[in-house]
Amino acid sequence: MEKSHIKQEIHMTEALMNRINELISHYPADKKKSALLPVLHEVQDAHDNWLSVELQNKVAEILEIKPIEVYEVVTFYTMFNQRPIGKYMFEFCQTSPCCQRGVEDLMDYTCEKLGVKVGEPTPDGQFEVRGVECLGACGYAPMMQLGDFYQEHLTKEKIDQLIADCKDGKITLHDK
Amino acid sequence: MGRKILLDKINVPGIKTYEVYRREGGYASVEKALKTLTPDEVTEEVKTSGLRGRGGAGFPVGMKWSFIDKKSGKPRHLVCNADESEPGTFKDRFLMEYIPHLLIEGMITSSYALGANLSYIYIRGEYMWVYKILERAIAEARAAGWLGKNILGTGYDLDLYVQIGGGAYICGEETALIESLEGKRGNPRLKPPFPAISGLWQNPTVVNNVESIASVPWIVNNSGAEYAAIGIGRSTGTKLISASGNIKNPGVYEIELGLSVYEFMNSDEYLGGMQTDRPLKALVPGGSSVPILPAHLIYKTAAGEDRLMTYESLSDGGFATGSMLGSGGFIVYDDRACIVRNTWNFSRFYHHESCGQCTPCREGTGWLEKVLWRIENGQGREEDIELLWSIQSKIEGNTICPLGDAASWPVAAAIRHFKEEFEYHIRFPEKVKNRDHFVAEPFEKVKHLVAKETV
Amino acid sequence: MKVTIDGQEIEVAPGTTILQAARMIGGESVPPAMCYYSKLKGTGGKCRCCLVDVTKGSEADPRPMPKLVASCVTGCQDGMEVASTSSARVKEARKSVTEFLLINHPLDCPICDQAGECDLQNLSFEHGKSETRFIEEKRTFAPENIGDKIQLHMNRCILCQRCVKVAEELTDDRVHGVLNRGDHAQISTYIAAAIENDFSGNMIDVCPVGALTDKTFRFKSRVWFNKPFNAHRTCTTPGCCGKTTLWMFGNEIQRVTARKDEYHEVEGFICNTCRFDKKEVADWTIEGPRKFEKDSVINQNNYTRKLDKVVINTEKGILEGRDIDRKKISMAKIPLDNNK
Repeated sequence: MEKSHIKQEIHMTEALMNRINELISHYPADKKKSALLPVLHEVQDAHDNWLSVELQNKVAEILEIKPIEVYEVVTFYTMFNQRPIGKYMFEFCQTSPCCQRGVEDLMDYTCEKLGVKVGEPTPDGQFEVRGVECLGACGYAPMMQLGDFYQEHLTKEKIDQLIADCKDGKITLHDK
Repeated sequence: MGRKILLDKINVPGIKTYEVYRREGGYASVEKALKTLTPDEVTEEVKTSGLRGRGGAGFPVGMKWSFIDKKSGKPRHLVCNADESEPGTFKDRFLMEYIPHLLIEGMITSSYALGANLSYIYIRGEYMWVYKILERAIAEARAAGWLGKNILGTGYDLDLYVQIGGGAYICGEETALIESLEGKRGNPRLKPPFPAISGLWQNPTVVNNVESIASVPWIVNNSGAEYAAIGIGRSTGTKLISASGNIKNPGVYEIELGLSVYEFMNSDEYLGGMQTDRPLKALVPGGSSVPILPAHLIYKTAAGEDRLMTYESLSDGGFATGSMLGSGGFIVYDDRACIVRNTWNFSRFYHHESCGQCTPCREGTGWLEKVLWRIENGQGREEDIELLWSIQSKIEGNTICPLGDAASWPVAAAIRHFKEEFEYHIRFPEKVKNRDHFVAEPFEKVKHLVAKETV
Repeated sequence: MKVTIDGQEIEVAPGTTILQAARMIGGESVPPAMCYYSKLKGTGGKCRCCLVDVTKGSEADPRPMPKLVASCVTGCQDGMEVASTSSARVKEARKSVTEFLLINHPLDCPICDQAGECDLQNLSFEHGKSETRFIEEKRTFAPENIGDKIQLHMNRCILCQRCVKVAEELTDDRVHGVLNRGDHAQISTYIAAAIENDFSGNMIDVCPVGALTDKTFRFKSRVWFNKPFNAHRTCTTPGCCGKTTLWMFGNEIQRVTARKDEYHEVEGFICNTCRFDKKEVADWTIEGPRKFEKDSVINQNNYTRKLDKVVINTEKGILEGRDIDRKKISMAKIPLDNNK
């Protein structure tokens, strides 16, 4: 299991709880579990983009389901992180159409520039590079996902700029 | 210029917003349907239109609607499949991002036809910003009275929500999507029962692709017969094509079904020809799972007829010499592409996306990937080609859902049409050491080596 | 309703699946089932071992079904005709599934407690090949401790999910499930918790392979060296049938399991007290020896049947070898020629 033993501070703020309750209201009263995926996204976004066991247990409690039902879902879907990840996660699409447009070279370039290997965050926890499967942006290749948004038609220059913008705090990760 | 049904207003400034969309005639189909048509009459129009499911399978939409169980008296649901994840396909995102109200309008009109009072749009998790766009658009529509109780004073109630996925291609399979919508792992269900009888929360449910639902407003406004007048034979109407790969103008295009592949590829209105002066090598016309076509079978069928952008023409010749329209994910490869590497890439995708529920897919997709990886990296054996063929044939048809088939077809087609390239990798491992081995020396230039070296 | 399987006709009630109908007929036509379990709701359809060819859909709609179907989850229709062992396609599919199930399996039968009563062994015996085409590295999982009663060997698991259904249907606090996906999907508690409830031991009995075995029996004996007896006790655990099979070595009860039928399904579920805590002969009323189907490995050592002396019909004395050969392989103590 990939899960981490790092302690995670849990803050179920009022704003977060309001959003969770709104999401729950989208389903019939006896189908609270249906809200699991959207709730996990919200909770993860509010907790440095990862879900500790404790946080998953908290979600189970809110949705009145067994903790194992949450673990089963968290480990099935790729967007839920079970360990702390780099704050700026460069998720490059590495499926065929992006490869045709040179994404592999760009990934190598980015890793070299950041001094990391794929899947390993920088020591300061600021950056991480990952290869992911098709993101549905094949016509705008090569591309990557950064937070909630896509960065498309990438070039080395664009990567340089993005890294600089991240360092300067100019990049918005979530659309809230 | 081909006729535009979905994208005719796409360039109107502000069409993303409710005000502009409404001013341009938006939501007219809801008014027409709710005030002047019975639900069955709407279904009939869609049947007449000949509209086929745009997610890939091509099943007639109206017929699918007519299967929904209205007798049991259980609540019914319409679920829009916006889990677009088939490599090469990005058309639904385009619609939702730039003209979100078209989908919402389609959802209302279609839900009315099905008698659904609670409907969902299930969107893939990675399209997070589009999810937010849709949430805001739904709020606008609700505020304007198109959703909620007693819509337009007709007594029809509808609640519509967007549900976000978590990153899993398999959730594009309709029963896996339903499971995911219920807050579970995206494991496809065993069928029967089909969703039309027992779907979301065991209620009768119809799952339709974004593009299918977005086509409904035009059909209701202009009649099914007029829609059916566009296109050729059983390929009626227009289709969004997502074009990518080594072409001049990648992007999303709306075409009238029946356009020739040649024109689509080469005219400036569409793809504008190849990206560079490197020649066309292969085409995947309908998303990664459909068979890849070699250059000589792209513009002409094996029978020598023009290949057209229709369900029928693209599949002409069966899997031996044809392919499929699928989801319209049109991926073009020039001669820098390595078919072995590309097939490995697709296999890695299906291996990564297999849910793991049933044996042939869980075990077979990983096996395919590993063998292909060895061949691509110069560690292939002569018997591996036969092995790959055997593995894919043992997966195909034996799995719970179509992912097994989707993983098998690309491998089978690559071996069928590009066997010599596999042999080249196996016999000349030192020549394929770098991943860009065909960039400097395309296969056509080294092909003769394979012929000389017989085993 | 009338249904025909491999040419054998049978009357079945509506709602009967093809597999159930085949079991009613019995014999060779019964498809193998690695994930379906008639006593657990919602099992079946996953392993694909029981695929059959429906050559005629029904009297009303005689069209054949285009794909092979999982017989355990496909209902019979009146007039349906099914080919099981009579279909080359079905045989090929079963071979394929068997191969897929084995490519990543550790094949560690010599040290597996399930050996001798393993459905995967039986399936391989029937549908497997003696050589492998898989030269890649096998998938492995990190070990996970799920308590002191049950041993989890994820590397052997075929993901039938029966154990998950046991937890779901016999208890109200399921703590394990299927985690991760694809070929990394695994049975786990995620937090390495012990699976402890009154009925957790039934996970062992329903497991078709050696993925879940009895820790209290671990490495004690090969199952075929045990003598099985039917026994019962008055059990106070609600839901426990108290009827078991005791696996004995001399007077020692080495293992307690539920009683299993010819398809290796339990006749009734038993509680952990009966299974793990009652290992004294005095705890039980012993009914007598338990019989097994003829093909069982266990049966080869079954004392309930008198074994005849094996007679090999061959040339007289050939088993002793020719004189000349015996001399060639003789050792120093037996001189080759007498002149020396």
